[in-house]
Amino acid sequence: MSILLDETTRVIIQGFTGDKGTFHAKEMIAYGTNVVGGVTPGKGGTTHLGRPVFNTVKEAVANTGATASLILVPAPFCADAIMEAADAGIRLVVTITDGVPAQDMMTVKRYLWRYPKERRTRLIGPNCAGVISAGKAMMGIMPGHIYTRGPVGVVTRSGTLGYEAAAQMQALGIGITTSVGIGGDPINGSSFVDILALFERDPETEAVMMIGEIGGPQEADAAVFVKEHMTKPVIGYVAGLTAPKGRRMGHAGAIISAFGDTAAEKAEIMRSAGLIVAPSPAELGATVAQALARAPSRRVVVQR
Amino acid sequence: MDIHEYQAKELLAAFGVPVPKGGVAYSAEQAVYRAAEIGGTRWVVKAQIHAGARGKAGGIRLCTSDVDVRQAAKDLLGKTLVTAQTGPEGLPVHRLLVEQALPIERELYVGLVLDRKRERIVVVAHPHGGMEIEEIAQQEPAAILREVVEPAVGMQAFQARELAFGLGLRPAQVTQAVTAILGAYRAFRELDATMVEFNPLVVTTDGQVLALDVKMSFDDNAMFRRPNVAELRDYAQEDPREAEAAEHGLNYVALDGDIGCIINGAGLAMATMDMIKHAGGEPANFLDIGGGASPDRVAAAFRLVLSDRKVKVVLVNVFAGINRCDWVAEGVVQAVRSVQAPVPIVVRLAGTNVQEGRRILKESGLPIVTADTLAEAAERAVAARNAVRAA
Repeated sequence: MSILLDETTRVIIQGFTGDKGTFHAKEMIAYGTNVVGGVTPGKGGTTHLGRPVFNTVKEAVANTGATASLILVPAPFCADAIMEAADAGIRLVVTITDGVPAQDMMTVKRYLWRYPKERRTRLIGPNCAGVISAGKAMMGIMPGHIYTRGPVGVVTRSGTLGYEAAAQMQALGIGITTSVGIGGDPINGSSFVDILALFERDPETEAVMMIGEIGGPQEADAAVFVKEHMTKPVIGYVAGLTAPKGRRMGHAGAIISAFGDTAAEKAEIMRSAGLIVAPSPAELGATVAQALARAPSRRVVVQR
Repeated sequence: MDIHEYQAKELLAAFGVPVPKGGVAYSAEQAVYRAAEIGGTRWVVKAQIHAGARGKAGGIRLCTSDVDVRQAAKDLLGKTLVTAQTGPEGLPVHRLLVEQALPIERELYVGLVLDRKRERIVVVAHPHGGMEIEEIAQQEPAAILREVVEPAVGMQAFQARELAFGLGLRPAQVTQAVTAILGAYRAFRELDATMVEFNPLVVTTDGQVLALDVKMSFDDNAMFRRPNVAELRDYAQEDPREAEAAEHGLNYVALDGDIGCIINGAGLAMATMDMIKHAGGEPANFLDIGGGASPDRVAAAFRLVLSDRKVKVVLVNVFAGINRCDWVAEGVVQAVRSVQAPVPIVVRLAGTNVQEGRRILKESGLPIVTADTLAEAAERAVAARNAVRAA
């Protein structure tokens, strides 16, 4: 098992025929992802990388049975692309694009709520590296070869720091069920809590590594969720100890503007909620190894 | 992105927000002219910088004659104003706002923010203006009024009325406050703001409600569709290195330490800085070169980092995902040759084709220290810094 995505998931790409779409589609297909087509308005009816291109997401869904979409369109058109996918009944939308206006995301999140829960779209991103279920499938821009299959779920704001964690774990022989990038924007599709809840229910995931950063309430919310609802060990890290107040550190959301926004405060909240906090970013893998050793075969599988 | 007070007042006035009569001045002569244009006998001359707490720092002068206005303008223009919010370097004053001075009965606080937890615009109000909202939140949290706006329909008049009555305004003043609050909301939405603040919103002794001081910040990600806002950017109020970085598509924030950082990805950049601190050093900057890491970009990054004279060593940390380490290594070698770095350089490469990348660095003959892991990179950078200090 894994969460969100596996080798059977039927995936389309919005922005399929562009340079980025083409490059990443090839990588995804090579990794084993079931890419069934793509959408580029105006290029419907053609074929790209041996797969059909459609003008609208609705047509793509009707013809391919796609349930997931990777969005690689430029930031000004991103909100529109997400809402189109949601309206077409796509269940999982992963948005890589950086630079989406915050008020667009406010509108998008409100829009997603108009659908009943049983057909509501789960949005990952924007401004993230995507989702990879190790050895099965990926929707994103990550280097697939650094992820080994195994028992740890990873959820991270940052792309490259997520790679760092995966590589450290691989070097220690620790594998990953699924790694999810939730993105560095102030308003994002899925929060740490949303993804932690999925890992808690996934029978194959035995422990979870969550990598946060400065700014916003989502890391603290996640700590409370772990304390109250999770049986699996959670290893945490918050990047940005040296970040000054009020300055945006690259990511639109990585800014200390309120009480509880700093890395030190968030790490303390995590510790007091029972998370195992990695002492430095060089010890992400080692801390996971320790947590796994301490909780051997701690499988909480509910059989029905 | 931040703008000046006078610019924010002009923008907000177009949305019906009542503001005092006034205008911008770039010289003492222009300030006197503005005062005459406004009329009356009492004016304030306000230094325009991208920071608050100007009053206590002497950046706001009350004047009762044109001689006063001229003198205040002469004193302030060209000066570097240091306030509690600017940091010790202060900010340069190149523009003034000359305004009518008003007899004030009450000062209130009204602010609109994009609330990250609620994912909605929230309007916050408080019956005591003039303080920072963080202070208010600590001292009198119970007196804070909040209205959360439903994005599908926008702010409704009843929400603004509830705030205005909640602030204890009289009915005639409530109507004016509602106009101001709804105008601020429309400006927030239509200009892609991230913050609009009236601090204070005042009631004058003759019962007018006016935004006496205003602040606006905007979403950088939305400036492509707000050219009239984007053009208000004042580079004189920004760190020149940060402005240069933005031109090269780099993300740079100057800090106080002496280890320069060149890293791909914001999260890895912050983590590398954490690691430097963990190893006993202090980073000189945050710098995310993004995904590309082409030789041009890396060279621009080196020039930028080295323009900070405090920098004693440069640490490059690139996790090549889509990139290949051999390309990145070639970029680093070309960049180091072209900028002729006068300080030690530590490079850590990881990811695709890492062996090939390390070989290129080694064979370049350049005095580059390589590292295999994040920990090693930070330790070697700190050791190199210590060696430079000892020499």
